[in-house]
Amino acid sequence: MCLAIPARIESIDEDRVASVDIMGVKRQIAVDLVPKAQIGDYVLVHAGYGIEIVSEEFAQETIDLIREFPELAMDGAL
Amino acid sequence: MSTSFLDSFRDPALAKDLVFSIEKLAESLGRPINIMEVCGTHTVAIARSGFRSVMPENIRLISGPGCPVCVTANKDIDEMIAMTRLPEVTVATFGDMIRVPGSSTSLLARKSEGADVQVVYSPLDAINLAKANPERQIVFIGVGFETTTPLIAATLERVAALNLENFSVIGAHKRVPLALEVLVNDPQVTLDALILPGHVSTILGVEPYEFLSSQYGIPGAITGFEPVDVLQGIAMLLEQLHRGEAQIQIAYMRGVREEGNPTARAAIDRMFEISDATWRGLGAIPGSGYRIRDEYARYDAKRRFELEVEKTIEPKGCRCGDVLRGVISPNGCPLFGKVCVPENPVGPCMVSSEGSCAAYYRYQVQD
Ligand code: SF4
Repeated sequence: MCLAIPARIESIDEDRVASVDIMGVKRQIAVDLVPKAQIGDYVLVHAGYGIEIVSEEFAQETIDLIREFPELAMDGAL
Repeated sequence: MSTSFLDSFRDPALAKDLVFSIEKLAESLGRPINIMEVCGTHTVAIARSGFRSVMPENIRLISGPGCPVCVTANKDIDEMIAMTRLPEVTVATFGDMIRVPGSSTSLLARKSEGADVQVVYSPLDAINLAKANPERQIVFIGVGFETTTPLIAATLERVAALNLENFSVIGAHKRVPLALEVLVNDPQVTLDALILPGHVSTILGVEPYEFLSSQYGIPGAITGFEPVDVLQGIAMLLEQLHRGEAQIQIAYMRGVREEGNPTARAAIDRMFEISDATWRGLGAIPGSGYRIRDEYARYDAKRRFELEVEKTIEPKGCRCGDVLRGVISPNGCPLFGKVCVPENPVGPCMVSSEGSCAAYYRYQVQD
């Protein structure tokens, strides 16, 4: 339940809602908790909110991990 | 050590080195060492990769209380279920809460009886429900640890900014370090070291755990979720024990900063104050929960609605409470795998995918 999944920010609107790409799926997330996040950054996403900015390399590793262990991402962690 | 175990790693050579150092350190320590993994996602990762079977004999991995759904007390679940009996209310919840049995029913059973229960993946979706259905009262179920609490706080700040009148939260938020303090003082479990949760620590950073090392002499490693991360965390902990040191180390630099996420913690503080909370298995722990501040009382569903809550009845024979404290492992429960299976769970530890009983059942962990 506490899993967070990396996503790349593609745009941010004036309401601090960002469009992101999470493993190929487009979603809207809020970036209230990562005020420094910018377009192109990867953020860890937990339940629709960015909670930390992470490196692209780490993001990619985690995405691979989730592909391997999809059960880690179950139950609405995305 | 079996090659099939190593084959499951992206970098088998690295895993092999780590297992080798774990074996050497275990040998030189020479005494039984109990390491608890606090986080449910770690429980799944460890069960999945079969670590328990390759650990040296004197190293025991114990699963802990890190599944937010599992530690939610039956009374709190009954209150959430009682919300579904209010005709004007739509209950919005994360998916993992929906099958959890309360004293007599579950959210899912109430939904199939016609109650308005909606699964959302984010509290932002619940805001959209409130906007789209102004005639309904949306009550969001806020269950979770420090990873989740800041985004509930941020959601309520959004609700306030939007002046939404039909949104509130029924909360059972919990603070992980406070539960750890109870566990390390529990005479029924001996803990030598702790594998600390990754994403709770993304918010908290290192400081809230430091009492473990400074007051109790127990080392901790904040660990990621790759199997190799977990091995690395175990090796770091054994290394500390070997040197007779106790520190809180980060083995997950990629996702956790020393100082955590201060913006997220500030969001919690603006919306919530610290309160007492009752945990399944651990009981009432002073200061281990959060309550919405009085100035935002209108967003606290329990203060907003009059609830009729049934009498709390604990699931008969379920040892989930002892499992959460690490006193028994799931297969120590007489109902495990017989009466209690994921399709027909008796207690929450078998419901949630990261509950210890569900993880041990799914991956047939022998312990
Ligand atoms: S196996 Fe089922 S009944 Fe036993 S402790 Fe786990 S959840 Fe409870």
